Amino acid sequence: MGKAFTRRDFIKISGLGLGALSLGAGFYNKSSVPQIKQIAQQAGASISGNTPTPTVCEICFWQCAGWVHTKNGEPWKITGNETDPNCNGRLCPRGTGGTGAYLDEDRLRTPLIRKVVDGKQTFVEADWDEAFTFIADKMHKIAKEHGPECIALFSHGSGGGFFKHVLRAFGSNNITAPSYAQCRGPREEAYLLTFGEGVGSPERTDLRDAKCIVLIGSHLGENMHNTQVQEFADAVGQGATVITVDPRYSTAASKSKYWLPIRPGTDIALLLSWIHVIIEEKLYDEEYVEKYTHGFEELKNEVKQYTPEWAYPITTIKPHVIRETAREMARHRPSTIIHPGRHVTWYGDDTQRSRAGAILNALLGSWGRRGGFYYANKASVPKYHYEKYPKPKKTWRDAFPDVYPLANLALANGICDATIPTAKRDCSFKGWLVYGTNLIHTLPEQKKTLEAIQNLDLLVAVDLMPSEITGYADVVLPECSYLERYDDLRELPGRVPTIALRAPAFEPKYNSKPGWWIARELAVKLGLEKYFPWKTIEEYLETRLNGVGLTLEEMRKKGVHEFEDRHPLYFEEGMEPQFDTPSGKIELWSNLLANYGFDPIPRYTAHEQPPEGYYRLIYGRAPTHTFARTTNNPILTELKSENEVWVNKNVARLHGLNNGQYVVLTNQDGERSTKIKVKVTERIRHDCVYMVHGFGHTDKRLRKGYLRGADDTKLISRVKVDPIMGGTGMRVNFVTFEPAV
Amino acid sequence: MQELTITSGRHMHHIDPHLTIWGWEIPVYLFLGGLVAGILFFSAVYFLRGKSDEMRTTVRVAPLFVPFLLATGLFALFLDLEYKIHLFRFYTVIRLQSPMSWGSWTLGIIFPLSTLWALMHAESVFPNWRYPYKWMEQAMNFVKKYAKILAWLLIYYAAILGIYTGILLSAFNARPIWNTAILGPLFLVSGFSTALAFNMILSKTKEERHKLGKIDLMAIGTELFLIIHMFMGFLASTEIHVEAAQLFLGGPYTAPFWIFVVGVGLLIPALIEVLDGMHKVKSTLVPAFLVLFGGLMLRFIIVDAGQFSSWIF
Amino acid sequence: MARYGMVIDTKRCVGCADCVVACKTENNVPDGYCRDWIVEDVRGNYPELHMEIRSERCNHCENAPCVRCCPTGASYTDEDYGVVLVDHDLCTGCKACIASCPYDARYVHPEGYVDKCTFCMHRVREGLQPACVEVCPTKCMHFGDLDDPHSEVSKLIRSRPNHALIPEAGTKPKIYYLL
Ligand SMILES: Nc1nc2c(c(=O)[nH]1)N[C@H]1C(S)=C(S)[C@@H](COP(=O)(O)OP(=O)(O)OC[C@H]3O[C@@H](n4cnc5c(=O)[nH]c(N)nc54)[C@H](O)[C@@H]3O)O[C@H]1N2
Ligand SMILES: Nc1nc2c(c(=O)[nH]1)N[C@H]1C(S)=C(S)[C@@H](COP(=O)(O)OP(=O)(O)OC[C@H]3O[C@@H](n4cnc5c(=O)[nH]c(N)nc54)[C@H](O)[C@@H]3O)O[C@H]1N2
Ligand code: SF4
Ligand code: SF4
Ligand code: SF4
Ligand code: SF4
Ligand code: SF4
Ligand SMILES: [Mo]
Repeated sequence: MGKAFTRRDFIKISGLGLGALSLGAGFYNKSSVPQIKQIAQQAGASISGNTPTPTVCEICFWQCAGWVHTKNGEPWKITGNETDPNCNGRLCPRGTGGTGAYLDEDRLRTPLIRKVVDGKQTFVEADWDEAFTFIADKMHKIAKEHGPECIALFSHGSGGGFFKHVLRAFGSNNITAPSYAQCRGPREEAYLLTFGEGVGSPERTDLRDAKCIVLIGSHLGENMHNTQVQEFADAVGQGATVITVDPRYSTAASKSKYWLPIRPGTDIALLLSWIHVIIEEKLYDEEYVEKYTHGFEELKNEVKQYTPEWAYPITTIKPHVIRETAREMARHRPSTIIHPGRHVTWYGDDTQRSRAGAILNALLGSWGRRGGFYYANKASVPKYHYEKYPKPKKTWRDAFPDVYPLANLALANGICDATIPTAKRDCSFKGWLVYGTNLIHTLPEQKKTLEAIQNLDLLVAVDLMPSEITGYADVVLPECSYLERYDDLRELPGRVPTIALRAPAFEPKYNSKPGWWIARELAVKLGLEKYFPWKTIEEYLETRLNGVGLTLEEMRKKGVHEFEDRHPLYFEEGMEPQFDTPSGKIELWSNLLANYGFDPIPRYTAHEQPPEGYYRLIYGRAPTHTFARTTNNPILTELKSENEVWVNKNVARLHGLNNGQYVVLTNQDGERSTKIKVKVTERIRHDCVYMVHGFGHTDKRLRKGYLRGADDTKLISRVKVDPIMGGTGMRVNFVTFEPAV
Repeated sequence: MQELTITSGRHMHHIDPHLTIWGWEIPVYLFLGGLVAGILFFSAVYFLRGKSDEMRTTVRVAPLFVPFLLATGLFALFLDLEYKIHLFRFYTVIRLQSPMSWGSWTLGIIFPLSTLWALMHAESVFPNWRYPYKWMEQAMNFVKKYAKILAWLLIYYAAILGIYTGILLSAFNARPIWNTAILGPLFLVSGFSTALAFNMILSKTKEERHKLGKIDLMAIGTELFLIIHMFMGFLASTEIHVEAAQLFLGGPYTAPFWIFVVGVGLLIPALIEVLDGMHKVKSTLVPAFLVLFGGLMLRFIIVDAGQFSSWIF
Repeated sequence: MARYGMVIDTKRCVGCADCVVACKTENNVPDGYCRDWIVEDVRGNYPELHMEIRSERCNHCENAPCVRCCPTGASYTDEDYGVVLVDHDLCTGCKACIASCPYDARYVHPEGYVDKCTFCMHRVREGLQPACVEVCPTKCMHFGDLDDPHSEVSKLIRSRPNHALIPEAGTKPKIYYLL
């Protein structure tokens, strides 16, 4: 077959119908998808009645458990499951608006295959069988010519597990997600290096009981990770001191005793200076440091130089404020937490910045202590027993040898790089399966992503919406929304370990299908049926649940199950301190980093500042949206339909910008944004501008999000890569304003 | 500095960013209401003063238009209702605290009264006027017998109607621009003024026109006086009212209000009428038309500005 | 007659608008309308700033101009709870009540009648909290009888500084914002 197209055009229009729909319907009946009505009868509940159905929210990755309520069979509302410690019966605005994911009229309706019709590339509607045949043929061909390892899976979201299973069974372990190198990778590695364990998700931060919370960029309240925000509010309500370091007066800053409007990119200097004060003034937890840490003397010597006076011109934070806040932190220790953040891929020295925070936490003795970091209990349900996977000859590591030695997960951008052939690499990636991630909006350096895509023989996108990535796919597979499907169990660690069930509240709309079914049928088509001994998802879930003495029927009734078996959360309650680091202690001075030739103690390096007339582009979240996945949601776009660019009042005056006017942003590389409204505000520094990520869709099929606001990714045309683990620092782009035409 | 941002939700049709719930219908209705009030008032007054012949147009001809003007006004009001089939709900209760209720009941009374009044005068205006049924004639004879009482009732209700057209708005505390006691008298006088202009246009005799013009001059003077006092009142009131007044004193309504309402609608016609009185210019109907135009503009601008002004922003 | 009202803790509220979404789904509020909304009230100059975030809705005013000006009695104050409601069956859509509300809390429902926050009386009558109160992730909203000195809302009003919106308008609003 070879490459079908010399260039993979972005297909903007919806597909041509070639009568495939009726075929699809016939196929549907023959398939192994059990009709939901039958399932419901089995479980003794009625889905058309008003008995709520248990669900696990899929609008973000916090995975709150809830109930789907219907009125006369129509979707009505989703509420939180009261017994779920991950939401305490209260969903966040996005989860509450989750029915919009089901109701969205722009959803993908049927499988689409890229074909040339009248000399033009277009999507042709296909039935499922046709789509699977197409994909399986291409996958086999790639495997034959290059090896199965040349197929990679990008997966973000709960249905992804079944696709990972398919790919591993096929012989590739190249599985990646943007949640590592574009999100929390540096944090996980930093905490692993320091404490021998990552922070994990949901974060094991004991905000609820904290007396002092230090937020470095973390914009809780806009970042709506549910129980984080709930606990943050509890702490604020109980009078905890909040110290927020953010160039922008965030919601969290407005709850803070101290707002430190730091010069972007200089947080390490502030952290080092805080460490300096805490050590110089002997404010640290001596007993804890003595007992549990490694390399204190080295740290002490190293940070001697980092006086608040040194940090002041770098950070613009006044020395007395640095001292005062350091003392405030110490006053409340060990119930002081330097929040580890979540999206931390900012400047390419992010592992080191996260480590500076981890070190500060260690000095304050907050790891393993109430009001600091608790020891999470893990929920464990035996995995379904499968046949052993074939052993891949190459792993993702081979895609980028010699670099990022401390990366523990595949880099999404790395896979992307390794898809573009170079003289040095013998084989590049030839096939991508993309499940639930909109790589076009998600990966920085958009041009590179697009170039990589041009080198593929196969791109399959499994998505709910006609997101930008689907426009580049050879095959688009419409998954039904989370409200129309079962998924694997949600197994979450936490103070209380739990599992939760997602069951379908509605039948899949159109010709969409649950992920587990798509994965299974694809496996069957690939000749991998033996890896799917179960026929229906109920069978699969029943088996897993029986492993812990539960049944599907019981779970359908309660939605969430708590495990009794738990260990204490804190050292003071008897948790045994154990640090899985080379020294067996909390490493203030990191052996591993030293081994690999990195700074064993974080150091401040200056970052490039914006040239005259340009402003650093920083970005964040709106509480009512999740990335680009809700910016077409009919309920949530009602609340916020576009993003704004926040511009300091004086900057606005300088550029003659008025509040509410539209502008185009252009960056240092000449990349231009779509038009975006200006928000003139006192709430941001003069050297940066801010926008919420996720807006500015460019796919016309997303009718509510199309050209609404601007996409920050377009403007993140360069990154600074973290040499330690490969995270892509994305806040290194500078923009200026152009009038919108 | 204060930044007030609505971060979610509010972009409701006709509510945000400021009210636009009332379009042309309400100003037209208020204009016609005022006009009718004025016509009936002067008709009844001159009737009682026995000037039915001298002031024939005012007393006898103009009222013939009233049922049609009222019907048009009510139709405009009807068009404005969002739940039209519930129109009858206005007449299932009397709500003493609601100007809107007062208004609907006043109209409910004034409509038949004014129709009788018009019929009564129709006989003298149209010599060939005949009733199709005998009982009608008998009924009209009965009305004629009590014509004086009817006239008094009309004076009374016309005043209520005229004031009501202003009170309807001024009762809305929530809209600073409307929230002034002067709006009632202002709309009453303006209504009278438009009625006088209307009569001038219809009138066939110079004497009557002259007389009407003289009264109108007084009405215009009163209006100017009220307008000045209205703004003095605002400026002496709360910050919200001061801010609201700014809409007319530099804000977006400044030009339309001072040019169309005060200039074209009051000062110019007044000037022409004065010059006319001094026989400096040829007597024309121009001032009368300008007064009608000004009266209409007054209602449009006040209805609009009121919706623009609020306590919030 | 009880006097139901709300107390909202602006210290805890993060302006997430969950209360808005919950209201929309619970009450099937049509597209383009809302019964509650979020205001960010920022004062000061960089970097000395203060922000109050408020979840706003009909204040169920004790001295409700919308009730007074309604010509048909469609807008009324509920006898049992002291809550301001609209009887859709009596409403003519004359919009006098909309003009009279200083908070712009009302709107014309596409079906023709005027609509607004009901304090979720359909829930409250069944002993449930209003949808917005129940969903709020920060638990910053409290609902109850202001006449009952032992109610949570009364206690909060007594124990913490608070303010209501536009008291100058004389409507006696029944939603209090804790500072
Ligand atoms: N410029 C910029 N880039 C960023 C970030 C940023 O802030 N700015 N943030 C980074 C971070 S922290 C992260 S975690 C990543 C997130 O990156 P992504 O997870 O890629 O985020 P989304 O853009 O929401 O893409 C999700 C995709 O999943 C689809 N989807 C939604 N529900 C379902 C479902 O049930 N089934 C299937 N199959 N698909 C579904 C959506 O339609 C959408 O196409 O982005 C990173 N990239
Ligand atoms: N509503 C909502 N909530 C979400 C998500 C969502 O899509 N929507 N996504 C979830 C996911 S996957 C993630 S990873 C998290 C991300 O959420 P966080 O981890 O909180 O993300 P940050 O990147 O820290 O947040 C951006 C903040 O950093 C500030 N900032 C920018 N540059 C700098 C700097 O140089 N120094 C400092 N100190 N601050 C800076 C910005 O002004 C902004 O307030 O949010 C999660 N929660
Ligand atoms: S935090 Fe919100 S969006 Fe994320 S899973 Fe929970 S309810 Fe859903
Ligand atoms: S849900 Fe609660 S925290 Fe969120 S905006 Fe509403 S009142 Fe504030
Ligand atoms: S807030 Fe407005 S609608 Fe609600 S009771 Fe008060 S005046 Fe009436
Ligand atoms: S619109 Fe309805 S509720 Fe409002 S005042 Fe008119 S009749 Fe009353
Ligand atoms: S009380 Fe009910 S109707 Fe009122 S805003 Fe809250 S959810 Fe909406
Ligand atoms: Mo993330």
